[in-house]
Amino acid sequence: MSGTLAAAPPSRLAWVMDRLWHHRSAQLGGAILAVILLSAAFAEFIAPHDPMAIDTLRRLSPPSATHWLGTDEVGRDLASRLIFGTRYFLMICLVTTVIAAGAGTVLGLISGAGPLVADAVIMRFVDVLLAFPTILLVLAVIAILGPSLLTAMVAVGIGNIPGYARLIRSAALTVRREEYVEAARALGASELRIIFGTVLPNIVSPLIVYTSYAMPLAALAAAALSFLGLGAQPPAPEWGAMLVNARSFLFTAWWAVAAPGLAIFAAILGLNLLGNALRDVLDPRDA
Amino acid sequence: MGGYIARRLLLAVPVVLGILFVTFLVRAVIPTDAVTAMYEGQITDQEAEATTALIRAKFHLDQPWYIQFAYYVRDVAHGDLGESVRLRRPVSEEIGYRYVNTLILTLTALLIGIVVGVPAGIIAAARKDTWMDVTAMTVGLLGISMPAFFFGLLLILVFAVWLELVPVVPRGGAALLLPALTLGLIEAAPISRLARSGMIEMLRRDHIRAARARGMGETAIILRHAVPGTLLAILTVVGLQFGQLLGGAFIIEVIFGWRGIGELAVKAIQWRDFALTQAIILVSAFSYLGINLVIDILYVWIDPRVDYSRA
Repeated sequence: MSGTLAAAPPSRLAWVMDRLWHHRSAQLGGAILAVILLSAAFAEFIAPHDPMAIDTLRRLSPPSATHWLGTDEVGRDLASRLIFGTRYFLMICLVTTVIAAGAGTVLGLISGAGPLVADAVIMRFVDVLLAFPTILLVLAVIAILGPSLLTAMVAVGIGNIPGYARLIRSAALTVRREEYVEAARALGASELRIIFGTVLPNIVSPLIVYTSYAMPLAALAAAALSFLGLGAQPPAPEWGAMLVNARSFLFTAWWAVAAPGLAIFAAILGLNLLGNALRDVLDPRDA
Repeated sequence: MGGYIARRLLLAVPVVLGILFVTFLVRAVIPTDAVTAMYEGQITDQEAEATTALIRAKFHLDQPWYIQFAYYVRDVAHGDLGESVRLRRPVSEEIGYRYVNTLILTLTALLIGIVVGVPAGIIAAARKDTWMDVTAMTVGLLGISMPAFFFGLLLILVFAVWLELVPVVPRGGAALLLPALTLGLIEAAPISRLARSGMIEMLRRDHIRAARARGMGETAIILRHAVPGTLLAILTVVGLQFGQLLGGAFIIEVIFGWRGIGELAVKAIQWRDFALTQAIILVSAFSYLGINLVIDILYVWIDPRVDYSRA
């Protein structure tokens, strides 16, 4: 072909990004998440105070010019703690999703595109896990490993593996019947290569759509665990953990509860807004 | 139908075994030995060692895991869920009344969730893309993004402190009000979204279009044709949401000091009371399994058209 056909057809990724860019819900959700990302990246420069610095003379002081959102029960600056808390939030989203999507994808792919024996074994295992409401699975893991932020993230991640495995398996089963997979097989590609080279790239869409549901729920669950004292432990500026002690001062210092509570709410809302937009763009059935 | 129920029950057997095995693991792979947890700091090291050996033998902890598992299954089958090392009494005694409390809370919340969520979803679908739909869906989006524990604290602040409509430390029936409202309203959000999408799909069906072509009024179409048709979808939602509801109840119980199994579970984990933790997870998982069984059976009863021979 000559140079007259200058513009290459836009890639699928470019197309998706373009649709998202003009999607109202994606704009709003993206803006919230951008604020969180920037806060996490530049927390040291943005935060007006040290998030761990105790100031007993200024305990539970209401929002003011020096302390934008007020202070907590030992005089720590709430605004600074929220800003540093974005790092915990992002880490929780990342770790829980990597564990759940990673293990779920591997299990689902082996089950859906691998040998039948593996399918039978993995699916019985997944059935049992699905018989547990996620919270029970999470509590079982925490009971075994002991409460900490790491345990909470691992537990929430494990709790979400069965859902991913189920989804990826059915997606893989559908893709497997496509002609291009037949073609790859006819060309002599090995089973492993077919699974990871041909099937995997074609189930990215359902994977992203499912993650758009699962990630906000996982982040909420992790925050709830910290709130219950089963996740991140005070004095870490994790938003859920910030509520543990603030709760006792609900009647006298509502801002100490409102600040971390609203931060979690806004962050989850951002994820859900972006998720809605992603589903609109990637999953036409859901329109 | 009888055959279907029998088959469905048979399919539950491996799941029951699986549940037993996972809960067994809670006590089998614990990092701190239950014996040490029981007498921590109360006796000398030599005494501890001797007592440990005795107790390990008593609870079969010196046996291989599969023997321990067999003992565990036998005990559960006899209704013996072990003894709480912290409360010093049989776990089943403590769980009994708390289970009822949790059931009261979750069922009330589910009722609130259905009463608020289902009509909201139906109206949103019937008036798709109007301000009513947009409002319902926006509220729904805010609802699914709202952490249950924060919402609960907000309701306490608004209703008990600012408006003084309910006492801060309520008694009797009033004690159920705020926790059930918190959980129910949070639950209404996903229920309304699912009811809406089920309803939208239903309104596209042929028999609805036929009714419309016959000149039937829109309200009559929705009430007489579409709503009964979405009953199945709503039932599915209730089944799916029950797990969510249970998770929510655990948190809500802690906030409101509602003495249910959720509040106990959180304490049990913090106490490292493994028998208690294990029993709560076991009982909850069995309840969840039972509810889903009942819903699967209700399916056939409501919608006999569906071929369940493959199920």
